[in-house]
Amino acid sequence: MSAVATGSVAWSRRRLAFGRFWRDFRQHRGGMVGLLALVVAVVLALVAPLFIDQSVTSVVSGTGAKFAPPSLAAPFGTDESGRSILLMVWWGSRTSLLIGFLAALLSIVIGMVVGIAAGHFRGWLGATLMRITDWFLVLPSLITAMVLAAILGGSTFTIIVAIGVTTWPTTARLIRAQTLAVEARPYIERSKALGGGHWHITTRHVLPNVAPLLLASTTLEVASAIVTESTLAFLGVSANKTSWGTMLRASYDFGAATAGAWWYIIIPGLCILAVVMAFTLCGRALEAVLNPRLRKAG
Amino acid sequence: MTAPLEAAEPAAAQAAGPGDERPTHRGTLQYALSKAGGALFSIAMVIIGTFFVFRLLPGDPVRNLAQGRNMTPTQLALERHRLGLDKPLIDQFADFVGKTLRFDLGTSYEYKRPVLDLIGERLGPTLLLAGVGLVIAVSLGLWQGTRAGWRHNSRFDRVSTGVSLVLWSVPTFWLGLLLLMVFGVGIGPIPGIFPTRGIESVDAPDGFAYVLDVASHMVLPCLTLVAVVYAQYLLVMRSSLLEEVSQDYVTVARAKGLRDDEVRRRHAVPNALLPTVTLVFMRIGFVVGGAVTVETIYSWPGLGQLFYEAIRVPDFTLMQGTFMLITVAVILMNTLADVVYRMLDPRVRSA
Repeated sequence: MSAVATGSVAWSRRRLAFGRFWRDFRQHRGGMVGLLALVVAVVLALVAPLFIDQSVTSVVSGTGAKFAPPSLAAPFGTDESGRSILLMVWWGSRTSLLIGFLAALLSIVIGMVVGIAAGHFRGWLGATLMRITDWFLVLPSLITAMVLAAILGGSTFTIIVAIGVTTWPTTARLIRAQTLAVEARPYIERSKALGGGHWHITTRHVLPNVAPLLLASTTLEVASAIVTESTLAFLGVSANKTSWGTMLRASYDFGAATAGAWWYIIIPGLCILAVVMAFTLCGRALEAVLNPRLRKAG
Repeated sequence: MTAPLEAAEPAAAQAAGPGDERPTHRGTLQYALSKAGGALFSIAMVIIGTFFVFRLLPGDPVRNLAQGRNMTPTQLALERHRLGLDKPLIDQFADFVGKTLRFDLGTSYEYKRPVLDLIGERLGPTLLLAGVGLVIAVSLGLWQGTRAGWRHNSRFDRVSTGVSLVLWSVPTFWLGLLLLMVFGVGIGPIPGIFPTRGIESVDAPDGFAYVLDVASHMVLPCLTLVAVVYAQYLLVMRSSLLEEVSQDYVTVARAKGLRDDEVRRRHAVPNALLPTVTLVFMRIGFVVGGAVTVETIYSWPGLGQLFYEAIRVPDFTLMQGTFMLITVAVILMNTLADVVYRMLDPRVRSA
C-alpha cells in the first residue's frame, strides 16, 4: 500500500521534472531545429520499407543512364549503374542510422558500467578500471576500429562492436567524475547507514543522477558513430550493405569526381552532415539544459 | 569529425589532473619516470593485446595469411611450421613478444618483404605530410583562436567559431572528396589546378623544381588535413583564452597601463597556450586517423596508405605491424605531452 503511494509520488515528481526539462529545452532554438531534423530523418528511415525495398540498391535494377544528372525521374541523379541516388540515400539511411544508434548505445553502456564501477569502488578495482580506460583513451580509435572490423569480418554486428569498443572511454571518464561527485553527498552515507548495498546505491542513487548526462552524451555519441561508420565504410571496412559511407566509397571507386557526377558525392555527404549536425545541436542543447555546471555558468 | 570535440575537455582536464591525484612535491624527474613506466605498461598491453586480437581471426591462420591462395596440405603444414603455428599458444606468444622487441615484425604476404622495411619506406612521406599539416593547423588554430577569444562575440569570433564547428561535423573523407572534385578535377568552367595522386609526377624534374613538384602534390592532402584538425585547436585556444581574460592578473596588467596588444601577447596568451599545447600532443591519435583517410584519398605513399592497403587485401602481418607502430608512437607522444606540460606549468608542479 505505502509502496504504491511512494511510487506514484516518485512518478508525479518525475513527470514534473520532465515538464521542467522540456520547457528549458524548448528555449534552445538550435536544439529544437536539431530535434525536428532528427525526427524527420528517423521517421523517413522507418517508413522506407512501405514505399521502396532492397531492390533499389541492386545493380541490375537501375533504370537510368550511367551518371545521369538530376532529372524528374531521378531528382538527385544516378550512380554508375543507373540507380537513383535519391532512393539509394533513402534506403541507405536505414543502415547508417541503425549502426549509429546501436554503436552509440553499446559505447554508452560500456562507458556507463565502467564509469560507475570505477567511481563507486575505490581501491584496486577502481584504479584498475581507470587504467584500462586510460589505455583505451590513448589508442587511436579509428585505427583500432579498422583493425577490429577487418579481423571480425564485415557485418552490421561487427561494425557496431568495432565502433562501440573503441569509443567508450570518454563516457567512462565523464560518468566516473559525476559518480564521485554524487557519492560525496550525505544522502549516500545515509543510504549506506541504512544498509544499502553496492547494487542498491549504484542503481537507485547514482544511476538516476548520472542519467541526464548519459542522455546528452549518447546524443553526441550517435553523431560521431555515424561519422565513424561512414569513414570505415569509405576505407573499405563496411557491413556490405548500402549506407551513406559505402555510396561515397563507390563514388570514389568509379571516379564520380572525374566524370563530373557531383551529385553522387554531394548528396550522401550532405545527408551525413545534416544528421550529424542535428545530433550535435540536440546534444549541445541537452547538455546546456541538463548539466548543472554549464547551467550555472550560462 | 565530432567525437574529439567532447574528448577535448576530458583530455585537457586529464592533463591538468595528475597533480590532484598524486602525492605532492614530487620531482619532475620522478614524475617523468613514473609516466615512462606507465607508457611502457601501455606499450606492453598493446603488444599483448595485438597478439590475442589477431588470434581471434576466425578460421585457419595460415589460410588467412595466405589470403585463400590454393595450397596443398603439405604446403600448409610447412607454412604452419615455418610460422611456428604448430607450437603451443604460450610458445607462440613468447616468440611473438621476442620478435617484436627485436623489431622483427614479420614478412608481408602481399609484398613478400619484411614489414619493417615497408614501414621505413613509407615513414618519410607521412612525417612530411603530417608535420607540415600539423604546423599549419596549429599556427592557424592558435592565431584564429587567440583573435576570436580576445574579441569575444565579435563578428570574427562568430564566423570562425561557426566555421570550425561545421568543419567538425564534416567527415574528413568527404571534405577530401569535395576538394578533389573542385581543385583536382575541376568543376564546370574551373579547371583542376592541383595534382590529386601520389607525391611526385611521373616525370619529376630534379633540384628545386622537384621540391615545387612535391609541394604542389601536397596542397590538397595538406588542406584537407588542416581543415579537419585546426578547428579543435581554435576552439580550445579560444575557450582557454576566455578563461584567462577574466582573471585578476589581466586586470592588473591593464591597470598598469599596458597596451591591449601587450596584455594579450605578454600575459594572457602564454597562460592560455599551456592547455592548448598539451592538446596538440594529446589528440595526435586523431591526426593519425585523419592522415590514414587523407593518404587513402590522394594516394599519398605514406604509412596511412600502407595500413589501408593492409586492411584492403587483407594482409594481416602488415596490418599487425603498422597497427603496433602507430599505436606505440601515439602512446609515446601522449606521455611526452604529460611530462612537458608539467615542466611548463608550475601550477601543476606545485599542486
